[in-house]
Amino acid sequence: MKIGLFIPCYVDQFYPKVGIATYELLQKLDCDVHFPMGQTCCGQPMANSGYQYLTKGCDANFIANFAGFDYIVCPSGSCVLHVKEHLHDQNQEEVAAEMRRKVFELTEFITDILKVDSIHGNFPYRVGMHVSCHGQRGLKLSQMTELNAPFFSKPEQLLHNIKGLDLVSLSRKDECCGFGGTFCVTEEAVSVKMGQDRIKDHENQHVDYITGGDMSCLMHLEGILKRQKSPIKTIHIAEILNSLGN
Amino acid sequence: MSSKADILNKIKQNQPAFITDLPDLNLLSSENADVLATYKTVLQNIGGDLVEVASYAEILDYIKKNYALEKRIITTISELSEIASLDWTSDDPHSLADVELNVIKAHFGVAENSALWVTDDVLGQRISPFIAQYLAIIVHKNDILATMHQAYERIGNQQYGFGTFIAGPSKTADIEQSLVLGAHGARGLIVFMLD
Amino acid sequence: MSSKKIIEHSQAATHFNKDVERVNWHDETLWFVREKRDKSAHQIPDWELLRETASQIKNNVLSNIHDYLIEFEANAQKNGIIVHWAADAKQHNEIVHSIMAKHDVKQMVKSKSMLTEECHLNDYLAEKGIEVIDSDLGEYIVQLRKEPPSHIVLPAIHLKKEDVSETFHEHLGTEKGNIDPQYLTESARLSLRNTFLTRKVALTGVNFAIAETGEIVVCTNEGNADMGAHLADVHIASMGFEKLIPERKHLGVFLRLLARSATGQPITTFSSHFKKPRDGKEIHIVIVDNGRSTQLGREDFRNSLKCIRCGACMNTCPVYRRSGGHSYHNAVAGPIGSILAPNLDMSKNADLPFASTLCGSCTNVCPVKIDIHDQLYKWRQVLVKEGHTPTSKTIAMNTMAKVLANPTIFNIAGKSGRFVMKNIPGLVNNKMNKWYDQREMPDVPEESFREWYKKNSREAKAKDNE
Repeated sequence: MKIGLFIPCYVDQFYPKVGIATYELLQKLDCDVHFPMGQTCCGQPMANSGYQYLTKGCDANFIANFAGFDYIVCPSGSCVLHVKEHLHDQNQEEVAAEMRRKVFELTEFITDILKVDSIHGNFPYRVGMHVSCHGQRGLKLSQMTELNAPFFSKPEQLLHNIKGLDLVSLSRKDECCGFGGTFCVTEEAVSVKMGQDRIKDHENQHVDYITGGDMSCLMHLEGILKRQKSPIKTIHIAEILNSLGN
Repeated sequence: MSSKADILNKIKQNQPAFITDLPDLNLLSSENADVLATYKTVLQNIGGDLVEVASYAEILDYIKKNYALEKRIITTISELSEIASLDWTSDDPHSLADVELNVIKAHFGVAENSALWVTDDVLGQRISPFIAQYLAIIVHKNDILATMHQAYERIGNQQYGFGTFIAGPSKTADIEQSLVLGAHGARGLIVFMLD
Repeated sequence: MSSKKIIEHSQAATHFNKDVERVNWHDETLWFVREKRDKSAHQIPDWELLRETASQIKNNVLSNIHDYLIEFEANAQKNGIIVHWAADAKQHNEIVHSIMAKHDVKQMVKSKSMLTEECHLNDYLAEKGIEVIDSDLGEYIVQLRKEPPSHIVLPAIHLKKEDVSETFHEHLGTEKGNIDPQYLTESARLSLRNTFLTRKVALTGVNFAIAETGEIVVCTNEGNADMGAHLADVHIASMGFEKLIPERKHLGVFLRLLARSATGQPITTFSSHFKKPRDGKEIHIVIVDNGRSTQLGREDFRNSLKCIRCGACMNTCPVYRRSGGHSYHNAVAGPIGSILAPNLDMSKNADLPFASTLCGSCTNVCPVKIDIHDQLYKWRQVLVKEGHTPTSKTIAMNTMAKVLANPTIFNIAGKSGRFVMKNIPGLVNNKMNKWYDQREMPDVPEESFREWYKKNSREAKAKDNE
């Protein structure tokens, strides 16, 4: 099974350890993983700002880089959702459509395609799970509190066999953190307030770490935590799942 | 009026080309194991009171014991003429401003929300359930339906000029979400559930 | 109102966030309403099917609304109701005024109608020398304060009881400092009772209009619509044409959803069906377009007309809860307002679709399954195309698009300065990087992932071992 590793641009540049954890974890799970060096960005920052028409170049570059893989896996629900919903190519629409079907967020790839329901690891901390909206409400990685439907969570399911990990229950289980792409600067006041409120919920549960499937949300929360000089740290779920080392 | 033609023309141009089907309402389940128990719980939750009675005599007793009889009480139910007046239905509705208690009878009630269906033939006047300080509604035990779907099946194409579902006393939470009973309509609702 | 300069959402929200305690309170109060909605919805096993059913009924309505309107008008007329058609807000206001003038009445009591807010009816009638009193308690409070409602279901949700106490002390002569909601409500009850008893014209909104029977349904908890309508000689009911539903039995679906979605109540206290006027009295229905037929023609935004005005999307919206209804500068605030308002005036409301993180919670609570967050995304595309975004943003976006489309340039830009994050600040009309105001930037690692990969990937290691 040949996997194309799709690493979000800001993860590549700011959080290489998340890329490394994802790469190593997939290898441990017997995947043949490759990182196409020409990849840049899925185009979401433009599209969500109303400039989807400017993303054709990104789309073409994405398709050029990820052609020929059985699956495309990415440690970000948000980037995956963008590709699933908006990747197009006028000249080779079938290829784009095929890619939209083959792109997966890391945890759903592990549970749904690899059919692995538990991963062993060691992470002896109190952890709060920040549920990122695009992964949850877009990709349906976990049940949404608004709906009258049974609970499930693909990421939480994977955390169950991590030794020592104490997953807390939040009072607002799936409230948005306020990152929202360019929203984080265009609506700075509300964005920061939303982030502060999310953090407070985790603080009330005395967590050591806030984890999640999207580094963009975690980057926003981390930025606020650091400004507050909080001892709480952020960590991507891939890093926890890869905690057993090689 | 030309506006009508303009609006309708524009709508015709802009509405979708194909008419989509209406859904089958029968797919919605409406069973309820215990409609009476549900009715009582829901009524209590929304601030209403329930008294089970076997006869109109018991209703009379209850009203005599619990309401100030010297104040104005009206009804459309002849069995209650001892404590309430019946001769107000063709008066100016404004003259009902001093009514303390109004006793009426509902066609039926709905368990899921405790609402009672009343129409102008049982209201005497449309304003009567709203203008009275307190409201009492009689409903037969056998006339409690499970959900609003049965309610509208029962209403069918019943003819009325005005009809309303009443669920509990009038209320508001417009000041800081603090619930206050008795906004503009009745301050209290008592439901007499008749055997 | 309409001549006032618009303060953009982000600016108004910044102001709103200056008082942290108040923002916390506003957020928690509305979250509490969302929780009541959840509890109530989760008690109905068929809840999701009910939403789907309501959605399908409304889709049918929108696909056949021309015929339903004709059917409705004919049936309403048969019932003795007088039907008027208004192409826009101005016509609506003129029609209402002409009815008042015909009866030579200078005072009106009004129950909640967001449509009349949309049409700015109160201002119009005031200019004509007609006094309007809003009788919904929340609307009464904001009217006394000369403010617009901040929420379609909870008009005074931005106010604390201390604020209401002061307003009532000033206007109704209540005791200074008495903040008991029971006492304050009672004072309003007494004052408004006198209003109800002395008004000859009452205006109400319409929740549902039934094509099959020609009747309208008005839902309130306070009983104010009924107190007005049943005591007046003339009842005027204003409705957007999208309020139609095909048959009476469909009310069963909508009345199960409306109050549960709005406040968590199983149903509103009163769900009043007006079919015929009282003997010798009049009911007038004003059917209003005001941009709705245009929205009907916008395929991507058409189904915003399915809205039944429950306000659930506002209560769940993390942005609404932390910016307040007034920051949306539109009669209908929150997520639904942000997809309705650009249809009315794109340039005035170009900021609203951006006042969202696209988290999608609004779509999930919507009882008629409007894809609100997808429409917010789509409005952004339209607004950019129609030129309603600042040039600076367009320039920044073009640069970004060029860099991100070209791996070579991207790698150079990435190395030299972590391109994406550095460029986000360029998207706002502000020289300062707004990220830094209350947040730290992430630490810059020694090497990027791709640099690491070049050295450490399986292929790289295999090569090393050759």
